[in-house]
Amino acid sequence: MSSFWSAWIIVLTLATLVALIWLLRWNMKNYTHIEEGQEMDHEFDGIVELNNPLPKWWTYLFWACFVWGFLYLALFPGLGNFSGLLDWKSSNQDVQSLEESRQAMEEAHEKGMIVEYDRAVRAAEEKYGPIFEAFAEQPVEELAKNEDALDVGQRLFLQNCAQCHGSNAMGGQGFPNLTDDDWLYGGEPNDIKTSLLQGRRGNMAPFGEQFSDKEINELANYVASLSGRDRDPDLIEAGKANFAVCSACHGADGKGNQQLGAPNLTDDVWLYGGSINKIEETIRYGRSGVMPAWKDILGEDKIHVISAYVYSLSNDE
Amino acid sequence: MSQTIPQQPIEYNMKVVRQFTVMTIIWGIVGMALGVLIAAQLVWPELNFNTPWLTYSRLRPLHTNAVIFAFGTSALFATSYYVVQKTCKVSLFSDKLAAFTFWGWQAVILAAVITLPLGLTSSKEYAELEWPIDILIAVVWIAYLIVFFGTLAIRKTSHIYVANWFYGGFIVVIAMLHIVNSMAIPVSFTKSYSIYSGAADAMIQWWYGHNAVGFLLTAGFLGMMYYFVPKQAERPVYSYRLSVVHFWALITLYIWAGPHHLHYTALPDWTQSVGMVMSVILFVPSWGGMINGIMTLSGAWHKLRTDPILRFLIVSLSFYGMSTFEGPMMAIKSVNALSHYTDWTVGHVHSGALGWVAMITIGSMYYLVPRLFNQKEIHSTKLVNVHFWLHTIGVVFYIVSMWISGVMQGLMWRATNSDGTLTYSFVESVEASYPFWTGRFIGGVFIVIGMLLMAYNCYQTIRAGRRETAAGNVVQTA
Repeated sequence: MSSFWSAWIIVLTLATLVALIWLLRWNMKNYTHIEEGQEMDHEFDGIVELNNPLPKWWTYLFWACFVWGFLYLALFPGLGNFSGLLDWKSSNQDVQSLEESRQAMEEAHEKGMIVEYDRAVRAAEEKYGPIFEAFAEQPVEELAKNEDALDVGQRLFLQNCAQCHGSNAMGGQGFPNLTDDDWLYGGEPNDIKTSLLQGRRGNMAPFGEQFSDKEINELANYVASLSGRDRDPDLIEAGKANFAVCSACHGADGKGNQQLGAPNLTDDVWLYGGSINKIEETIRYGRSGVMPAWKDILGEDKIHVISAYVYSLSNDE
Repeated sequence: MSQTIPQQPIEYNMKVVRQFTVMTIIWGIVGMALGVLIAAQLVWPELNFNTPWLTYSRLRPLHTNAVIFAFGTSALFATSYYVVQKTCKVSLFSDKLAAFTFWGWQAVILAAVITLPLGLTSSKEYAELEWPIDILIAVVWIAYLIVFFGTLAIRKTSHIYVANWFYGGFIVVIAMLHIVNSMAIPVSFTKSYSIYSGAADAMIQWWYGHNAVGFLLTAGFLGMMYYFVPKQAERPVYSYRLSVVHFWALITLYIWAGPHHLHYTALPDWTQSVGMVMSVILFVPSWGGMINGIMTLSGAWHKLRTDPILRFLIVSLSFYGMSTFEGPMMAIKSVNALSHYTDWTVGHVHSGALGWVAMITIGSMYYLVPRLFNQKEIHSTKLVNVHFWLHTIGVVFYIVSMWISGVMQGLMWRATNSDGTLTYSFVESVEASYPFWTGRFIGGVFIVIGMLLMAYNCYQTIRAGRRETAAGNVVQTA
């Protein structure tokens, strides 16, 4: 903020408070020509007003609030660029990236400034960090049998993952079901952890321009038949002829490719819906799905515990 | 005492007052019934009947617009036109412009009733209406401003009564807020984008949002209070000087209070602090109005026993005092950290809206209706009394439900386990809220039943008045 605007804010804020104090003091005195407790010399549609003094307790309350207000503005940021005597901040509000945020946190810590958010994060890390470090030392398969770890993992899942994958982890349209042992990017502990740490981007190109409506319908019928659905043999045959284009990602047998995140089309699991309409829509317009990267948000240790929880959902004994 | 010169009765424009009064009651029922419907939808989501325009997300803004701008603002139009004429001893500045404000405002409401369920929205809370309607609002409002201030200018009294300070303040500030906050670039007839962006957009929006509460729902209704309380109590206003301090302090402080809606957000720390300091100090002048209203009753407390209209007015002031204490407390950052985004906020708003705004309005309407429609008194005082209890019980049910669920939600959201993870997922707090949402729904039903009784009572009064008028009788009112 430029010093002009800073001064503007300071002057306006203080002038407002001072003007109100003047207003209160002015009205504490009887400036009218009417004796206190008597009627004012005007009347409106039969309504008259008494010239009663301001209630004492009310004026005390007003004064107390003014004193508190000035005190607060002296201690905390409020008057423009003046950062307050406590040197308090809610957070490092002007950072633009995670990198800058980390730097600002370090700087504030070294200088002993009170940055409320930093302090909360630091305190939480000191208190809870060791718990997650201990979990992180155990391999995911082991952790998936540890009830305590699973409880923690489930809670983290409910707060961070359930928004897309659902409270029961069974997903929804566009969001994979995590309980069916069907994996887009692999279900080994390391695969799951990688998905969580780095995120995933699933892209299916649109084919609406390459294929006619009729061809898209044939392809959709062929794809449905791969999952064992009963479709018109002529349509299946015609669709198969064009499937070569799809096999680049989904494989000649349609079983998908976990390296690319290309879904298996033969297992009757449909990420975007399995009706002919929905399959046509997928082919015509393509799809793009994003799993965000959680490494910088949750840190590796917590992700380790969530990985164990997700792993346990499909590897229950 | 005999008068030698017979007083010339002043020809007031009561037509526009009558029109707005009747619409206040009708829109009150519509707005509150919509509130009950969406309260029910939160408990029984099937009640949207799988119809897009009956979904909660579209009816909620319709409910808020209907109660604030249809019910509340019609009441302000009716009473301000009545009060300004009576206390200035002069008819309205322009009957044509006044008629325009009535029909223009009804057109705005009708447009809201059509566009909001269709999903047309600017997505700014309490300012959802799209740009063509915004322009109409601005035009009608400026006409209102001209009629009101024009009437003050041609007044036959030397002073301006305090009620008119509050009405005038509210009219000017709402014009400013509406025009500044609604600035947008249209991309089509039904879609526009705000000209502000990011944190500045949020700040402008809540500068508007909080002062819609501060000026429309507080200052405007204080104007109503300053006329109808001393009138119904037949007592002088307690303190002239108190009204001077609390008027100027209230309008000065309110305009700063918006940032408390944005605590712990991307809004700069200094803005949050200044907003919070002004909001807390605001508590004192807010109470100035309550003191002045309630103390006006000194020497007439016994009337509360027999006069349910006065009871409406005085209980509304108690709710006003309660919510203007609660508000500044909720504006304190550490309290806000618990209360924000919970039902507590909803409870707070409704203790203001149903307790203060609705009750002062209902009391004033019961005062006005017989006087406007050639009757000595309301058709049935007994029914007014029943309405009073239905409404009071309904409001208490509503607020208490929301307090409990709000504090519960706030505590659940912040509860942590020994490993630092949150104890509850969001959906668990939703599940725990169901009983209280049912409680709110029941409170709402009480209130709507009361409003229907009011409509019946007023209808009977108006009908009797029409008969008298047809027979050529002029009934003297007190």
